[in-house]
Amino acid sequence: MDERVAAAWSVLPEYLGEHVLLSAAAMGLGLAFSLSLTIAAVRSPHVRWPVLLLASLVQTIPGLALLALFYPLLLALAALSDRLFGQSFSALGFLPSLLALTLYSMLPVIRNGVTGILSLDPALIEAARGVGMTQSQRLTRVELPLAAPMLMAGIRTAAVWVIGAATLSTPVGQTSLGNYIFSGLQVQNWVAVLFGCVAAAGLALIVDQLLALIETGVARRSRVRISIGALVLLAGIVSAAASRNDVDAARYVIGAKNFSEQYILSALMADRIAAEGGSTVHRTGLGSAIVFDALAAGDIDAYVDYSGTIWANVMRRTDIPPREPLLREMSEWLDREHGIVMLGALGFENAYALAMRRDRAAELGIRSIADLAEHASTLTVGADFEFFARPEWPALRDAYGLAFANRREFQSTFMYEAVTTREVDVITAFSSDGRIAANALLVLEDPQGAILPYDAIVLLAAKRRDDALLRRALEPLVGAISVDLMREANFRVDRGDEPESPTAAARWLATRAIASSQ
Amino acid sequence: MTSDASVDATGRAPLIELKGVSCSYGEHLAVRSVDLAVPARQFVAIVGDSGSGKTTTLKMTNRLLEPTSGEVRIGGEPTRSQPPHLLRRRIGYVFQRIGLFPHLTVAENVGITPQLLGWPSAQIASRVAELLALVNLPSEFASRYPAALSGGQRQRVGVARALAARPAIMLMDEPFGALDPLTRDALGTEYRRLHDKMGLTTMMVTHDVFEAVLLADRIVVMRGGAIVADGTPRELMNNHRDEAVRAMMDMPRRQALRVAAMLDQETGHG
Repeated sequence: MDERVAAAWSVLPEYLGEHVLLSAAAMGLGLAFSLSLTIAAVRSPHVRWPVLLLASLVQTIPGLALLALFYPLLLALAALSDRLFGQSFSALGFLPSLLALTLYSMLPVIRNGVTGILSLDPALIEAARGVGMTQSQRLTRVELPLAAPMLMAGIRTAAVWVIGAATLSTPVGQTSLGNYIFSGLQVQNWVAVLFGCVAAAGLALIVDQLLALIETGVARRSRVRISIGALVLLAGIVSAAASRNDVDAARYVIGAKNFSEQYILSALMADRIAAEGGSTVHRTGLGSAIVFDALAAGDIDAYVDYSGTIWANVMRRTDIPPREPLLREMSEWLDREHGIVMLGALGFENAYALAMRRDRAAELGIRSIADLAEHASTLTVGADFEFFARPEWPALRDAYGLAFANRREFQSTFMYEAVTTREVDVITAFSSDGRIAANALLVLEDPQGAILPYDAIVLLAAKRRDDALLRRALEPLVGAISVDLMREANFRVDRGDEPESPTAAARWLATRAIASSQ
Repeated sequence: MTSDASVDATGRAPLIELKGVSCSYGEHLAVRSVDLAVPARQFVAIVGDSGSGKTTTLKMTNRLLEPTSGEVRIGGEPTRSQPPHLLRRRIGYVFQRIGLFPHLTVAENVGITPQLLGWPSAQIASRVAELLALVNLPSEFASRYPAALSGGQRQRVGVARALAARPAIMLMDEPFGALDPLTRDALGTEYRRLHDKMGLTTMMVTHDVFEAVLLADRIVVMRGGAIVADGTPRELMNNHRDEAVRAMMDMPRRQALRVAAMLDQETGHG
């Protein structure tokens, strides 16, 4: 078997189990809400239109955005509950995913339920009243049984949606089949992407068929069909719950953002912790804004961030001091504000940089950003989704008077493709990216120092500040990774032909980095 | 002599009593201050054009509609004194669209009110068998679903369902209106027999004057939400003072005479 397929198989029970539990919980909770709202909407026209409007509105919010919105909301709620009751909860992972998917599941059930009940023959309602049923008897004996096929069709739609949308819960820290897709996309492991898609689609298909069995069972009043469908569904949920290995507090939770370098470094940290006798779980593929909040809240124990990111995004500073003073001031601020420990800098920078094809740069006589500014009005710039919203962009633009003819945004893998195929002229590369050397790109000089320093730094959560094992494991990494080493490790994962897994690249990096420093 | 028809022979209080009952839908006054007293065991037909308020009057009797003003009494007791579903379990209700529950068998449909009343299931089963025989349906129909029945068979089930919990009162809203003439005639005649045999009190809304004349002890004519005539079929057919009532009640007699004349001619030729 292909190494990547084997790797994908090995994590399938965990990803699938988590995916099933999350989807089942969201469907269960969603059904409880949807059915109550359906009944309320059927009984009162005053309730009906706001309920249907709200449910439709939720559906128009893109799934990823809905998940992302719940994170800050829950974070604020957790802080409030901590202040009021001295009881906090994790705003990361399961809870925001559950709530977003619950909301997502509601529209088809409510819409079908309301339509199903309201479109019943009025003669049946008159008969139900005429024979002496109360309102609730009418609901359980006439309206719900007769609307059941329509309701079940809504439930099937909802289940398929929820299972599909659950793949989007990876960026808020919930393990799901989406982990295959997000990490695969990042490290160009198309086998993993495909594996995740097939697994999610397969799961949706199976659940849909089981619900279809229950649906026909309801329509034909066949207890056998209903029981078989329900039992298999239940067995799936139970086995998912049983296979779940508990995340006990003794484990170290290692976070990572959603790009190759982060996957490699989190694998490296996990290996180091394992070597010291600790066990780890990963929360990878987290959104850049979420990962710091997660560390501050103690949902993750350690991860690698970059000094400029903390400085600009978290501390909201707009000045650009030199490296050392920035690190010092940031370290003090993290300790003071959050009790977070900056263990140290790894030894390389992953800064934003502007890069061009070497031949294109030579053609135009460009070596620095100042040279670029003279030609910018005829050039197209490509950036990742974040760049134009970051403070670096106005800083660069104003410092050099950059005005590009066009600008486009890409997922970073495709950004490198775009500059190589001359679709864009300049890209916002990352200085530690392996693809800079591999694609013969030139990193333009920044003579005015307009770009923030981005030293890779290891951060520890407040509750782990005195954790001897963690410090013993991670301290040797400080100052041990040069930018050349990191670029090569990154390239091993990012290269188009025969890419390595992040774990393999981390092992390679470990042999060079730790060996040379010891 | 309208008073003769509304007073019980034994002098007891009427079983059904509507006192100054009105009902309006928004601006529209569908029924205006109707007084109607029905003694036990009487078969009353309410006739009138569509929009005359006859169905509204019927539905106010078992609180399928609530009167806007006035009072309805059953057995001397105001209907408002108990929850509507308890009242309706004591009153049989049959209507033109029948409303058999399609997801329940014939037996389950017939047994629904006894089940709501909490009868033991053995008692329900024997009552269902008894009722199917009473409305002339074969016992094997018990396990069928309504979709497998003809229109006439469905309404037989509808009548059986209304009779299941042994009500003293039957309310019928154009019960046989959607059936073909033969079935309609047969069912009407059979029902009248059941009414007598079981000592029921029946209020039946119909737009068919023929049916009213043939089945009812008493006919109430409604127009524009009010009662304009009330008496035995014979009284109403005998040159009533109201011209419209006279025209309406004249029709069955004229038709009967024409049919009789035709039959006479045929015998004459033969």
